[in-house]
Amino acid sequence: MNHYPWWKNLLILGIVLIATVYALPNLYPEDPAIQISQTNGRMAKDLRQRVSDILQKRGLTSKSFERSSNQLLVRFNDAETQLEAKDIVASRLGNDFTVALNLAPATPGWLRAINASPMNLGLDLRGGVHFLLQVDMQAAVQKARDRFEDDFGDLLREQDIRYLGISQGADGVSVEFSDAQSRDRALDVLSNEYGDRLTFQASESGDNRYELTGTLSDAAVKETRDFALDQNITTLRNRVNELGVAEPVIQQQGGSRVVVELPGVQDTARAKEILGATATLEFRMVDEQGNPFAAKQSGHAPLGDELYSDRKGNPVLLKRRVMLTGDYITDASSGIDSQTNGPAVFITLDGEGARLFSQATAENVGKLMGVVFIETKPQTVERNGKTVQVPRTVEEVINVARIQEQLGRRFQITGLDSTEEARNLALLLRAGALAAPMTIVEERTIGPSLGAQNIEQGYKSVVLGFILVVTFMAVYYQLFGVIADIALLGNLVLLIGIMSVIPGLTLTLPGIAGIVLTMGMAVDANVLINERVREEIKNGNSPQASIQAGYSRAFATIVDTHVTTLIAAIVLFAFGTGPIKGFAVTLTVGLACSMFTAIMGTRALVNLIYGRRRKLQLSV
Amino acid sequence: MGAAVNSSSPSKASIIVDFFKHTPHVDFMRWRWFFVWVSAALVLISLMLFVVRGFNFGIDFTGGTIIEVHYARPVQLGEVREALRKVGFERAVTQYFGTSRDVLIRIPPENGHGASKLSDRVFKALQQKDDRVQLRRVEFVGPQVGEDLREQGGLAVLYALIMILVYVAVRFEWRLSLGAIIALVHDVIITLGVFSLMQLEFNLNVLAAILTIIGYSLNDSIVVFDRIRENFRKIRRKSVEETINISINETLSRTVNTSLATLMVVIALYLVGGSVLSGFSLALIVGIIVGTYSSVYVASSYALMLGVSRADLMPAKKEGEGLSTRP
Repeated sequence: MNHYPWWKNLLILGIVLIATVYALPNLYPEDPAIQISQTNGRMAKDLRQRVSDILQKRGLTSKSFERSSNQLLVRFNDAETQLEAKDIVASRLGNDFTVALNLAPATPGWLRAINASPMNLGLDLRGGVHFLLQVDMQAAVQKARDRFEDDFGDLLREQDIRYLGISQGADGVSVEFSDAQSRDRALDVLSNEYGDRLTFQASESGDNRYELTGTLSDAAVKETRDFALDQNITTLRNRVNELGVAEPVIQQQGGSRVVVELPGVQDTARAKEILGATATLEFRMVDEQGNPFAAKQSGHAPLGDELYSDRKGNPVLLKRRVMLTGDYITDASSGIDSQTNGPAVFITLDGEGARLFSQATAENVGKLMGVVFIETKPQTVERNGKTVQVPRTVEEVINVARIQEQLGRRFQITGLDSTEEARNLALLLRAGALAAPMTIVEERTIGPSLGAQNIEQGYKSVVLGFILVVTFMAVYYQLFGVIADIALLGNLVLLIGIMSVIPGLTLTLPGIAGIVLTMGMAVDANVLINERVREEIKNGNSPQASIQAGYSRAFATIVDTHVTTLIAAIVLFAFGTGPIKGFAVTLTVGLACSMFTAIMGTRALVNLIYGRRRKLQLSV
Repeated sequence: MGAAVNSSSPSKASIIVDFFKHTPHVDFMRWRWFFVWVSAALVLISLMLFVVRGFNFGIDFTGGTIIEVHYARPVQLGEVREALRKVGFERAVTQYFGTSRDVLIRIPPENGHGASKLSDRVFKALQQKDDRVQLRRVEFVGPQVGEDLREQGGLAVLYALIMILVYVAVRFEWRLSLGAIIALVHDVIITLGVFSLMQLEFNLNVLAAILTIIGYSLNDSIVVFDRIRENFRKIRRKSVEETINISINETLSRTVNTSLATLMVVIALYLVGGSVLSGFSLALIVGIIVGTYSSVYVASSYALMLGVSRADLMPAKKEGEGLSTRP
């Protein structure tokens, strides 16, 4: 007869129950909150006390404080208090802290304990900015060529090989010689040094001109492009951190584009300014005779010096003369120094930079050198009781190190405290300049009121669609319809549970449309089954046999119909971006869940209701 | 097929609504030539519309800038235009968006680096006139991105068609596969035709809807084909045409019911889903209606015309035959 083994019923019940629990967090509203983190990644012990004092003085009441390893989250009862608190806290704490607005889910503790959290909402639902930035790859490759042009000259001069001139043509960098012998020697030298990145070709023209052309190999071009992209992403990440955005997304898209998503950011003009801002680096000698602490106290630096402070706030006196700027750095990476076994940062300069730097360091072996990081960032200050944003240039000594020997193209900075510090320093050095210019090629901004409206309209369509389908099924198929309706509800819960649990999934407005559409398609499976059962009854079969045949015969068809729609959804997922991907996701997850609820779920219910009866009137 | 109030269920007093209490006996295939011509005409008209009227592509595909603003009071479009003209946006197109407080401003694509800053300039200009204006939405798509999205969109449709073709070819006999694909292309072209005729905005969401139609329209054809295959094996004494007819009739209630259920949710989406989704839901409404029609007429008609026969569908092996043994 028609019945499932007890474990199968239990399994279905269990899955639905688990999904329900994980879908629950979506029912709780979000608290307006501010998120405070320290710029250097550490966390002051008394931060909580300081913030609570600041808020108390202003008469602002907070709902709760939560500390995690690297940030402090303060919840408020309403958005107004949140905004006021953000401004006052940002201006009082100063520049060592980043204060960001956030909407923190008010998930109760027992749900958080099992890692349950609400669905991620896309920008079109929560408001925010989406940028697509295009990295100018031609410029990146051109920059690489320019560098080789410089380096060729340096290397040939070093080796005393005489050449007539260096020029750039369509296919690469060409060096001209007046005799074949020089050219052949140059070929040896150059391919020895650059053979891994360039392919060289020798040629000669009639009037005693011998040419050597170095072309960037495909691998080298790819490497240059990848490097440019990486470096630009790193730079963007640093700058976005300055914006104080709660959960930014910075991602590579395709070979030459970067997506930046800033939830909650409304002031797009400011965001664009910061993304496009430039940071620079300067290498300068430390004035070891001067007393930086005295200078800090008096506020006056000795003649020819400038007063800076390092990342920990200690004063440093640097000479005014700039030895080198960050423009000459072509790469900086962190690693382990083979001699000291300590963390180190490896820096590569271009030809021009190497020449300048080797001259400057030759005169200063054994002395201390400082690296200054200069960046323009916005700052919140209090002015006449109002808080305003002003741009501010930050100059900070990120590293002081002793010059061990004359430095050239490649050198390293050692004596760093930790690999963490080495990595940060390399990052900052790279962040000094963009590897290639970037332009914004796409922007989508959704205001917070529109985001809220989208959520509301999306919610309404789900509810209306659900009511319509449920009524239709119940009226048309009676008890079998009601069973399908229960399965549909289970499908929705399962879908929302899965969307909440898998971290990478995001709900967008088209995603909600996908949920609505899924409801229509999910009942298709039950329509197929119920029609089959009806047919079997019409053909004069017993009710029990009709149920059995209805389910098993409809099965192959149900799989077919689901697979074709899934194919379309997968193509959409592969090709779509942002919101469209959200649609593909909900459609895919929804259809997968529907296979489970519409076939297994309804069958379990049908079996429970009819399975053990001998005489029955099917209500199909 | 009118609604029939059932009275033949003696043991129950309740009213059962059943549009298809008895399996209908419509001779679909008899009319197939008529509908083949109707479909051909619709496809032809749509194709002509593509050429003559073209599409009202949204900025996703053309590039450009859209700015949606919300005023605290009803606002005159003339006012907005004036404010825009002052800062040099003569080419901007303004229109109400839903209410007279919401204004949509479209600015055609511009080249150069300033393009991304354009929305800021526009909004500042509007703010100077009325500082209570709210920025609701900005969409800026550079010309290059628009071109890429166009290309990707076309590729997506193509890949979806190919993958589905492969799936159906593996699952069914080639004549049925081809019939299904013809029905599919038919649905997509006519849906696009409606968008061209009414000059509705064609954006990424609509493209997503088109791809969904590709998946959905096939559903109905597959259900019919599954039944055709089953009946070919079961019913031996009838002609191919008759067998197809029976199959369509037997699945008709399912086809109509599923389409109704899906149509209902999509109409709900159209009515309350907001303006962002209106194009998306409209495309689905058209696609579902056309898709339902085509799965009945186009897919099977073509399979029949291509000469599908019983021998083609005889099982090579297994295929759930055990299930058809009657108790």
